[in-house]
Amino acid sequence: MSRVRFDVDRGRVDRSSADLEINPFDLNALEAAVRIKEELGGQVFVLSMGPRRTESALKDTLARGADSAFLLEDRKFAGADTLATSYTIASAIRQLGHFDLILCGEKTVDGDTGQVGPEVAEHLNIPHIACAYEVNVTRENVIATCDIGMERCTFEAPFPVLITVTKDINTPRLPTFRDRARARLVAVQMMDAAVLSENADVTLFGVQGSPTKVYRVIVPSDEGRKGKIFRQASDEAVNEVSERICHLVSPNNSAGDIS
Amino acid sequence: MSDDGELLVFVEQREGVINPVSYELLGKGRELADKKRCALTAVLLGNGVETHARELIFYGAERVYLFDHPVFNDCDLLNYKHNIVRLVREVQPDIFLLGATYWGRSLGSRVAAALGTGLTADCTGLDVDKHGNLVQIRPAFSGNVLAHIKTRTRPQMATVRYKVMPRAVRDTGRKGEIIKRAAEIVPSLLSFVHNKKSADVNLADAEILVSGGSGLKKADDYSLLSELAEVLGAALGSSRPPVDNGWIGREHQVGFSGTTVNPKVYIACGISGSPQHLAGMRSSQTIIAINTDPSAPIFRIADYGIIGDLYEVIPKLMKKIKEYRYEHG
Repeated sequence: MSRVRFDVDRGRVDRSSADLEINPFDLNALEAAVRIKEELGGQVFVLSMGPRRTESALKDTLARGADSAFLLEDRKFAGADTLATSYTIASAIRQLGHFDLILCGEKTVDGDTGQVGPEVAEHLNIPHIACAYEVNVTRENVIATCDIGMERCTFEAPFPVLITVTKDINTPRLPTFRDRARARLVAVQMMDAAVLSENADVTLFGVQGSPTKVYRVIVPSDEGRKGKIFRQASDEAVNEVSERICHLVSPNNSAGDIS
Repeated sequence: MSDDGELLVFVEQREGVINPVSYELLGKGRELADKKRCALTAVLLGNGVETHARELIFYGAERVYLFDHPVFNDCDLLNYKHNIVRLVREVQPDIFLLGATYWGRSLGSRVAAALGTGLTADCTGLDVDKHGNLVQIRPAFSGNVLAHIKTRTRPQMATVRYKVMPRAVRDTGRKGEIIKRAAEIVPSLLSFVHNKKSADVNLADAEILVSGGSGLKKADDYSLLSELAEVLGAALGSSRPPVDNGWIGREHQVGFSGTTVNPKVYIACGISGSPQHLAGMRSSQTIIAINTDPSAPIFRIADYGIIGDLYEVIPKLMKKIKEYRYEHG
C-alpha cells in the first residue's frame, strides 16, 4: 500500500509500483468460504480483477483453500470506479455459472468505499447483507449478524445472497508448505473482456464505464494544526492543558460547535 | 449556473427517529441548492412519519416525497431501494445525497448500481462548480490525501460523513409541500430476525473522548482513563493494541477497522498514532496527546501535547481540572 500513488493527470490510482497483496478483509471472506465448504461441502471459487501481477496473490488463495481462481485481466478493465468494477465482476459471476453464496470483504484498505459488494448484488439482482461479523450457513438459508452502530442486527436470507464480512468474523489460516505445493499445480484462469462480451456490454467496463473521475488530489498539510507540544509534564503544561480541556468541555462553550 | 433539476436528500429514520446526519444533509443541501439555484427536496420512507415530513420543511426542504407504509418500519433494503429508484427515475434529481451510515452506504450502492450512475463514498466536503456540477471531496488512503471527484452521469450521488457538514437551522416560517407517494411492494427476501442493542457505547456521537493505547501496561489501568472520562463526561475509546489484548471491548476501538469519530475533544493517552488510528480520529476538533515518545506521529496532528508518562500526567490533569472547576464554579 505504501507504494500506491495517484496518477493526478489521469485521475486514477497508480498501483504499478505497488506490491499486490490480497486485501485483508478479502482474506476473511475467503476463510469464511473455506470453513463453510469444510462443513457443508461445495466448491470455493475466487474471482479478482487486476493486472497480470495479481496472479501470485490468487495462487495464495488456492493455497488457502480455494478450489479455482479466476482473474479478470484486460486493459479494457483498467481505471474502473465502483460502478464499472461491480458491473465487470457481476458479469464474470454470471459467466461462471450459478452460485449460492458470494462473500466479499466489507471494503478495501485503499479505496475504502465498501460499495463494490452491494453494487455487485444489485447487478445480479440478489439481496445482500453488509458488514457481517457472524455468518451461519445451513443447506436452506444464511443467517448473518451485523454491527450497525448502536445496534446489532441479524438477517436471514435465502440463496443466492451476497454477504460482505468484517475482519471480526474469523482469523484467516496460514497456508502450510504442502498447501502451497498443491496450489502450484492449479492454474489461475484468465478472463478478458472478449470472454465477457457475450453477456455484457463492454462499454460499461473500465474508464469508459466509470462515471466518477478523480480530477484533483490534495495532500493535506496535517490539517494545519499548529500544535503546542510541552517537552515534559511541567506545572505549566498541566495548567494550560487542563484549562483548555475545561474550557472546551464546558456546556457553555459553543464556539467549537459545528451546528 | 443551472436552474434546472433538484437536489434530493435521503432522510434516514429508524423506528420513527430521524438519523441526525439527515439534518446535516439538509443544511449542506440548502447551501448547494442556493448556489445552484435549484430546489432542495427530501425523500422520507417510514411508517406513520408524516409529522416528520412537516419538520423536514422547517429544516429547509421545499418538497418532501413521503412513502408511508409498514414495510418501511424494518430494515427492508430491497423495498427501500425499489421505491427510491422509482422516485429518482421520475423526478430526475441532479444531485442525490445520503448519509454515510450503515444503511445509507448499502442503500446508496444499490440505488446507484440500479440507475447506472456514479456514487462517491464518505464525502467530507461538497461544493458545486461554476457549471453546477457537484464537487465531491473525500479522504483516500487512510486520510493521507483528499480526492476531488466529479460525476458525469445523473444523478450525481454521494454518501456524506456524519458531523462534518453544518446542521440545518429549523425555521417554522418555511413553507413547502408534502407529496405522498404510494409504495410499490416487492418481495423482501431478507428477513430481519432480531435486533439487540450493543453495549452502551456510542463513539460516533461522543462529544468528548478519552482513548488509551499501547502506553497502557495492563488491563486494570483502564480504570485511570475511566476516571478521567468520568470527570469529563467523556466516552472511552481505544486504539487497536488494547482491544487485541482483550483489555477493552472492540466496540471501543477508534480507527480504520473500528469507529470513525469526530468529537469536540479527543484525548489520546499512550497512543503513538498509527495511520489506521489517525484515519479514524484526525478530524476531531481538538486533539490532546499524551505520550512518552516525542517522535510519536500523534503529536504531528495534536493541538496540545505533553511528552510524558500517562501514569504521571493523567492524575495531575485530573487534579488540576477538579481545582479549576472548583474555582470557576
